Amino acid sequence: MLSPVILVPAVLNGLMTGAVYALVALGLTLIYGVLHIINFAHGALLTAAMFAVFFAYKLLGIDPYVAAVGLTPLFFVIGYGLQRYVIGPAAHGDDRNILLVTLGLAVVIENALLYAFRADTRTINLPYAFDVIEFGNAFLAKPRVIACGAVVGVALVLGVLMRFTSTGKAIRAVAKEKLGAELAGIDVAHIYAVTFGLGTACLAIAACLLLPTYYVNPHAGNAFVLVAFTVVVLGGMGSIIGALLGGLFVGVVESLSGLYLGESLGQIGIFVMFILVLLFRPSGLFGERA
Amino acid sequence: MKGTSSILVVTTLLALVPLVTTSNDTLNFLVMALLVALVGQGWNLLGGYGGQYSFGHAAFFGTGAYATAILQLRYGMNAWIAFGFAIAAGALVGAIIGALSFRSGLKGSYFALVTLAFAEVLRIIASVTPVTGAGVGLLVKLDLRPEAFQFQSRLPFYLIALALVAISMIVVRLIEDSRFGAYLVAVRENEEAAKALGVNVVEVKLIAMTISAAITAAGGGFYAQYFLFVDSGIAYGPWISIEALLAPIIGGVGTVFGPLLGALVVKILGEAAKLVTGDAPGLDLVIYGGVLVLVVAFAPRGIVGLVASLRDLMQRLHQTATVEDKRG
Repeated sequence: MLSPVILVPAVLNGLMTGAVYALVALGLTLIYGVLHIINFAHGALLTAAMFAVFFAYKLLGIDPYVAAVGLTPLFFVIGYGLQRYVIGPAAHGDDRNILLVTLGLAVVIENALLYAFRADTRTINLPYAFDVIEFGNAFLAKPRVIACGAVVGVALVLGVLMRFTSTGKAIRAVAKEKLGAELAGIDVAHIYAVTFGLGTACLAIAACLLLPTYYVNPHAGNAFVLVAFTVVVLGGMGSIIGALLGGLFVGVVESLSGLYLGESLGQIGIFVMFILVLLFRPSGLFGERA
Repeated sequence: MKGTSSILVVTTLLALVPLVTTSNDTLNFLVMALLVALVGQGWNLLGGYGGQYSFGHAAFFGTGAYATAILQLRYGMNAWIAFGFAIAAGALVGAIIGALSFRSGLKGSYFALVTLAFAEVLRIIASVTPVTGAGVGLLVKLDLRPEAFQFQSRLPFYLIALALVAISMIVVRLIEDSRFGAYLVAVRENEEAAKALGVNVVEVKLIAMTISAAITAAGGGFYAQYFLFVDSGIAYGPWISIEALLAPIIGGVGTVFGPLLGALVVKILGEAAKLVTGDAPGLDLVIYGGVLVLVVAFAPRGIVGLVASLRDLMQRLHQTATVEDKRG
């Protein structure tokens, strides 16, 4: 048994990694909740956002946290456009087709990035990247503390948006009863695209929070999206609170299993958990429907 | 053997290709296309006829590839026998994953996700365990004798790949014409209705997945023997899962010739992309992904479906023309 001196920082660090997982999963679960499909392009879009943050810093000298102000709306528009003009029309409303179209998009985006930027792994060096904050006997990396706070903020904003705005109400209506919403005069295609846009915007914020400490290469997003799938399934497909709690939980599990079993097996821990949840409780821990 | 004659005609025609050219590049290209056709036919049985879209056929391909290499290297087994065991190992993995998923009632996106996750778990395990050569991979010992399933030239490999594709097509054709095939299509079209009519849905899907996995594992075993090298990224990597579904979808899902046609088209597109832009990484895959989206959008029944609609159109035009003639 490890002493609290090691255990507490491991849990805290896990929570902070988990926060970013939660943010990536938030976008995924939002899209699932309304469109009832899994967006296989999520990881590739995250990678694209990470490259956008990288070049904003390298070429224009924009700090990642500042870049969020511009990239979030930009990625909302990209997501909106993808759903409205590519995925929606191409899928003809069939779930299997949406799976294939998003898979096709993922392959296109990921390999276009590979073609354009090669397989090189890039990082940016920020003066504050290695700052730490002392918390009890744990030293926490400042960028991760910021990420954790930002994610809770984003989840709150999304929650308020969904609860109180008319668009939020429309999104929930479409998620619950598509046909009924349509009959009530809601433009379903528009709401689908707005939701997809919101999900993609979450990725832009995630990328801005990641880049100060993480690297980017054409496959960088995949590491997060497979975990995000786990989080979404664990938290219950379509549940915002589930994504948040699931993300934090998976972060801690990864951190602890990494501590006990070593780095590469920590990843297996996540997948095994993923398969077990899928097999035995596909409605997730917080989900309503199977 | 009703309906297998067209398969034999096509295979014979392809077998004549080496009379026209024996260039290594051409044969290599055709071998790769046939390999994708074989793996795609495996996917097609489960995905095309059964409607269960797996995103993780790498799990079976990789098992076939590793089993072939490991049995030869670590146990000194004859390559041909190892190949047979590889197919059986793939079928076993298919049966296990299928039993777990179908008994839990996973379908649609959930099934796609769980197959993807199984392939990833196998990839990570293969990249760390010693028996698979961990991160380094496995080199099959060079032994250029037909008894060792290795040849001086590419020609025998080409003919073997062609024979495997022909066998897979005949198997799928026979299934198509069988009672089991009818059950499988019924499950695809309406699972609830099939169940209500007394079809054992879980069992039907499980059998389809097992045969599907066996065919795909044969592709993996052949790959290992052809390149004499396997590592975790090749064997269990996402590329093969994607090519496995790309070929039948582009060629025509749920048709016997779809995977072969799709594989040839996909590989020709890839080569064309390389010709235009040089050997840049990623570009061929950009094109694959784009074609996948376009096919889903505009030709959901693939090339076979396009040809069929075109033929219908011609027939209708012809009929109208004859009617006009008679009137005139």
